[in-house]
Amino acid sequence: MVRDNTTLGAFREQDRFVINTGRSPTISPISHKRRRTGMTQAIERPGADAPVVNKPKPSKRPWPVEFATSAVGMKWIMALSGLALIGFVLAHAFGNLKVYFGAEDFDHYAESLRTLLYPIVPKTWVLWGMRIGLIVAFGAHIGSAIALTRINQKARPVRYQSPRNYIAANFASRSMRWTGIIVALFVLFHLADLTWGFANPDFVRGDAYANLVASFDRLPVAIFYMLANIALGIHLFHGTWSMFQSMGINSPRYNSARRWIAGLVAAAITVVNVSFPLAVTFGVVG
Amino acid sequence: MSKVLELTLEVWRQDGPGTKGAFETYTVEIPDDASFLEMLDKVNENLFQAGQEPITFDHDCREGICGSCGVMIDGQAHGPQKGTATCQLHMRQFSDGQTIRVEPWRAAGFPIIKDLMVNRAAFDRIVESGGYITVTTGAAPDANEIPVPKDAADSAMDAAACIGCGACVAACPNSAANLFTAAKMQHLNQLPQGQAERWRRSESMVETMEEFFGSCTNHGECQEACPKEITIDFIAMMNRDYLRSKLVNRRRLGERKIG
Repeated sequence: MVRDNTTLGAFREQDRFVINTGRSPTISPISHKRRRTGMTQAIERPGADAPVVNKPKPSKRPWPVEFATSAVGMKWIMALSGLALIGFVLAHAFGNLKVYFGAEDFDHYAESLRTLLYPIVPKTWVLWGMRIGLIVAFGAHIGSAIALTRINQKARPVRYQSPRNYIAANFASRSMRWTGIIVALFVLFHLADLTWGFANPDFVRGDAYANLVASFDRLPVAIFYMLANIALGIHLFHGTWSMFQSMGINSPRYNSARRWIAGLVAAAITVVNVSFPLAVTFGVVG
Repeated sequence: MSKVLELTLEVWRQDGPGTKGAFETYTVEIPDDASFLEMLDKVNENLFQAGQEPITFDHDCREGICGSCGVMIDGQAHGPQKGTATCQLHMRQFSDGQTIRVEPWRAAGFPIIKDLMVNRAAFDRIVESGGYITVTTGAAPDANEIPVPKDAADSAMDAAACIGCGACVAACPNSAANLFTAAKMQHLNQLPQGQAERWRRSESMVETMEEFFGSCTNHGECQEACPKEITIDFIAMMNRDYLRSKLVNRRRLGERKIG
């Protein structure tokens, strides 16, 4: 590559045209990374410097690590773990509808969860498999959310000094972090209340129906339960739609259905789950 | 006949990168058939005459195709009119006596150079990392030599309409550049000519983007702000292509029918 210094004037050392050998140390860290990931870049021209925002990632990492530490990759993890959690929440809500069939049916359903696929699989193995899966999904979902939030906060260190006028962003999409935190705290209480039992003075292990009634007979618990499930519904309304986008499920043939599916999932979960404390409070169940 | 509007402007003034800025208040009388940039020109003329420093802002073609201009107007990128850049926004969108707040794009990837002008070199870095096809350029090929389905051609053209103004980043609550990157990637990925380098392009453009910008949370603000009305459908396509770029066996790509 020949360059005529006399016509182009003086230039700095780092402005040199560089043949892509991958070993020139004269380029800033950003362009170094650029050469590694970029397509064939024979020549780099001098130009305005882009700011350094995120530290260049170390080179030569295994591809799953590259994927899982990229923001788009983390959105995939959010979407896939979110899908698993939506599946769980739907199944959980549907199963709990048995409470309307009475104590015997509900307790039998609760007990049957311990013997799923028995005798093919030893007792409680499937239950524990699902529990481990849920813990992994929760961990991946929350971990990615925290990492992405950090990236996003770093991406706009100075906020707009005048009020923003949002057009498309809705309450659900703007409040994902808060509804997520509410749901996470609720899940912890929910486990303490109805699985481990230490948050429920009348807890008797294995007595699912009585535990549920005893829990919701406390009005603050019933109210917290309803509020948390409304937060969950709001979270799922944006989360379900967002999942389709993050996973690239997008086609003019069904794009209009995605909002409807998100609305249906959110409404179904909220209505079914809110009905339980209401049923206990008003004596339908108990 | 045009009406003359009397407006109060609160414009962000900042001497340079890293210095502290503040809103300054100006008043201007402007006919309502002037464009927003002509209105800023008028303010600058008044400032000149008063011996003060004019407001620095980016502009070039003033017909919405170059992507140079762009400011936040009352909290909206390119102002209240949909599908136009700042230069195509006319003062008839505002009413007499209104106060308008004008602010530069704000993102770590777009540092302020001065007043309303920001450095968008990060966009160049993203395009350099894969926003092209590597072919020998010679005489133009015959038309219709490579068949392209109509839907694909239309969609690629929609993506290629991106002028790189940065409104998507500015409008995004997370300062994400996913719409820009997706448009620059998908207008090639959707065409037969872009297939040979599709997976390398998808991988390197996403990873270069993430050196500078935030992540997408699917609010959809970017497509509302985009002067070319590029849809977030392209972001979904990019997300899928990024995953596939990690999974495909590139040694076998030649086996695929391209086009």
